[in-house]
Amino acid sequence: MDFLRKYLDKIKPNFEEGGKFSKLRSTFDAFETFLFVPNKVTNRGAHVRDSIDLKRTMSIVVISLIPALLFGIWNVGFQHFRAIGETVGFWEMSWFGFLKVFPIIVVSYVSGLGVEFIFAQIRKHEVNEGFLVSGMLIPMIMPVDVPLWMVAVATIFAVIIGKEVFGGTGMNIFNPALLARAFIFFAYPSKMSGDFVWISGLSDTSTKVVDGFSGATPLALAAQNQFEKIPSLMEMFIGTIPGSIGETSKLAILIGAAILIITGIASLRIMLSAIVGAVLMILTFNLVGANQYMMVSPLQQLMMGGFLFGVVFMATDPVSSTQTATGKIIYGFLIGVMSMLIRVVNPAYPEGMMLAILLLNSFAPLIDYYVVQANVNRRLKRTAK
Amino acid sequence: MSKVIKLRKGLNIRIAGGAEKIFIKPNQAEYFAIKPTDFHGLTPKMLVKEGELVKAGTALFHDKNTPEILFTSPVSGTVKEIIRGERRQILEVIIKADIEHEYELFTHGDPKNLSKDQVIENLLKSGLWPLIIQRPYGIVANPNDTPKSIFISAFDSAPLAPDLDFTIQDDAKEFQIGINALSKLTSGKIHLNINAEFNPSKVFINTEGVQLNSIIGPHPAGNVGVQIHHIDPINKGDVVWTLNPQDVVAIGRLFSKGIYDASRIVALTGSEVKERRYYKVMIGSQVTELIKNNLEQENVRIISGNVLTGTQISEKGFLGFHDTQLTVIPEGNHYEFLGWALPGMNKFSASKTFFSSLFPKKEYKLDTNYNGAERAFVMTGQYEKVVPMDILPQHLVKAIMVEDIDKMEQLGIYEVIEEDLALCEYVCTSKIEVQKILRNGLNLMKKEMS
Repeated sequence: MDFLRKYLDKIKPNFEEGGKFSKLRSTFDAFETFLFVPNKVTNRGAHVRDSIDLKRTMSIVVISLIPALLFGIWNVGFQHFRAIGETVGFWEMSWFGFLKVFPIIVVSYVSGLGVEFIFAQIRKHEVNEGFLVSGMLIPMIMPVDVPLWMVAVATIFAVIIGKEVFGGTGMNIFNPALLARAFIFFAYPSKMSGDFVWISGLSDTSTKVVDGFSGATPLALAAQNQFEKIPSLMEMFIGTIPGSIGETSKLAILIGAAILIITGIASLRIMLSAIVGAVLMILTFNLVGANQYMMVSPLQQLMMGGFLFGVVFMATDPVSSTQTATGKIIYGFLIGVMSMLIRVVNPAYPEGMMLAILLLNSFAPLIDYYVVQANVNRRLKRTAK
Repeated sequence: MSKVIKLRKGLNIRIAGGAEKIFIKPNQAEYFAIKPTDFHGLTPKMLVKEGELVKAGTALFHDKNTPEILFTSPVSGTVKEIIRGERRQILEVIIKADIEHEYELFTHGDPKNLSKDQVIENLLKSGLWPLIIQRPYGIVANPNDTPKSIFISAFDSAPLAPDLDFTIQDDAKEFQIGINALSKLTSGKIHLNINAEFNPSKVFINTEGVQLNSIIGPHPAGNVGVQIHHIDPINKGDVVWTLNPQDVVAIGRLFSKGIYDASRIVALTGSEVKERRYYKVMIGSQVTELIKNNLEQENVRIISGNVLTGTQISEKGFLGFHDTQLTVIPEGNHYEFLGWALPGMNKFSASKTFFSSLFPKKEYKLDTNYNGAERAFVMTGQYEKVVPMDILPQHLVKAIMVEDIDKMEQLGIYEVIEEDLALCEYVCTSKIEVQKILRNGLNLMKKEMS
């Protein structure tokens, strides 16, 4: 790779202060450091530094998303051909899904990174790697038929209002990817809910759909009290159900979760406490049993909708979650409780996970405040003794 | 002996290049230097001029704020040069050593028979006083204070650190005399903290007049700050003094012989050193003799101290005043193509994001590459994993960044100095300069409190 290095060294002066392209300095820097780990050495403090950096961290998260993404791509094709009653091969389904999903990924990355690069240049920062994950998450929590311009608008909104106004990656209060979804959910509800958006082609009235076929997600069916139509546990676990692109396969999500847990990138505390919180809430509902929705078993509840995806990839976002160890347990637990509460008790929102996480994002600093205060009080008590 | 304190948090960096337990007495260095920069918050005022003759123990400079604290020459010879940096700040006072040493004479005798004031005066005059470090702030102790206790860590857990049992095995008598002298200085206890993992040296176990504490755990378990936190924590207004075992021996020699004998055993470590041994040298020795023809290659970083907290020196540089270790590692001034994306069989990481984590015993040749670039805080919980104290390091660092004095105090800034949070800096994904930030905070705190 010497020739590449030499070429970069040759064109580098153009991008430095006073160079021809000094306005593109951050952009150049981003690409240069992407290709080569810089030769920068320590000059004070610890002389050696751990091999990990934010690029490594973020790429691990992206890798953990890949199983769910690949399954999602296939599932887009599978759902589509099932809806129109055609039988086609694996590759044809995957190709169909790829043609639907890939543009969304491209739009999400291009619009989001575009904003990131512009802000980095204005602030004279280096480009932060945070969006590598957000850019992948956004397509995965969209319905497949979402218009591309909407993805672009939502992504730009999420990056500017959700992140850059607070100072960029690391300073944001809300999870940017969820903010993008929430934006579309509230601004264009018809594109983010209902029974027709989850399967490609269904919203187009000219598509010939198999008689009696419904594109409703399990959660929608549950909200409509059509419990007999909910797919089997196995189907929901494998993921051959309608839903957002990346959320359907619980198996693929669990593979991703395993990668995150083994590498220690995501907080196991948050994941476990969220599941505990959700299960306790479901069991409480089971005890109350006021309606049929409340009687749904914990396992079935956890398999429906985006709960698991949210727990594994969204709630564990280190920036928008709580920062203290105790705080993480409280935070995860409340996400679990709130998601089930919204899902079962509030009929207006079939999926509670998005709102539960955004709600707890806003409470994370408060939770941390009390945990930190407890630490301070322990120290003060020592003096009193 | 009290119960064993078990620490789980921390990290032993698996860096290659530990020293073999063999003593070598190298040729005496030609030049020696005392570096005022080894002491935080010191404003030196010179007492000698270039060209003046000095003996071992002759005062070279003193602290402008506490003039009774003298900094003396470790050897006899001629003051060759006073090196100054920006704004004429004194960086090094270099002495060209004589072949035969002449010594200034100080009081000698069993410190048990001396008064507290006599002990203090002897330590101050001889220039051994600056070996005593005060917590909070990690500065030279103030002779007018009476510390609530004195802490000595009998083991060093830092990367490639010397085995302190080995370095003081022949100094039992002097160690005891040193402890006797120190016991005059505090109204409280002298804590001697040993590593419960190994059979500690008889020297430590048989010492009288100390409270032995056993500690077990990965680095920074050997850091005296961590030990203080678990044994007798520092609250607002408390003062605790700390020393290294070899410094106690030096104090013992002062009282038994009446001279400033600056000899010290230093471990020469690091992957780029050929003969990794223990060398008997003197405080402030030039390192040239030690590394001449002893390095694997030229592109190296020479560190007086360990890789986490040491000071970078040149191949003609000098050992730091408190350092008992010299480390030489490769410089990391090279590019690596897609380095962040490689599987990473040869990259050590505290995280488990590299395949190297599948080989938990392997040792790695670490270099000085940054392995990334500075970012805002993103990851959480990383620092907590390597700080075995009931302290929230990330919150403390943030409080310092915004210069919130109250928060800094509440979050326990009095209990830590750079070495205690050095591992945070090592593991940080965002490459935040934790040690520098902490020192800024400590300086601010000190200014605020005085």
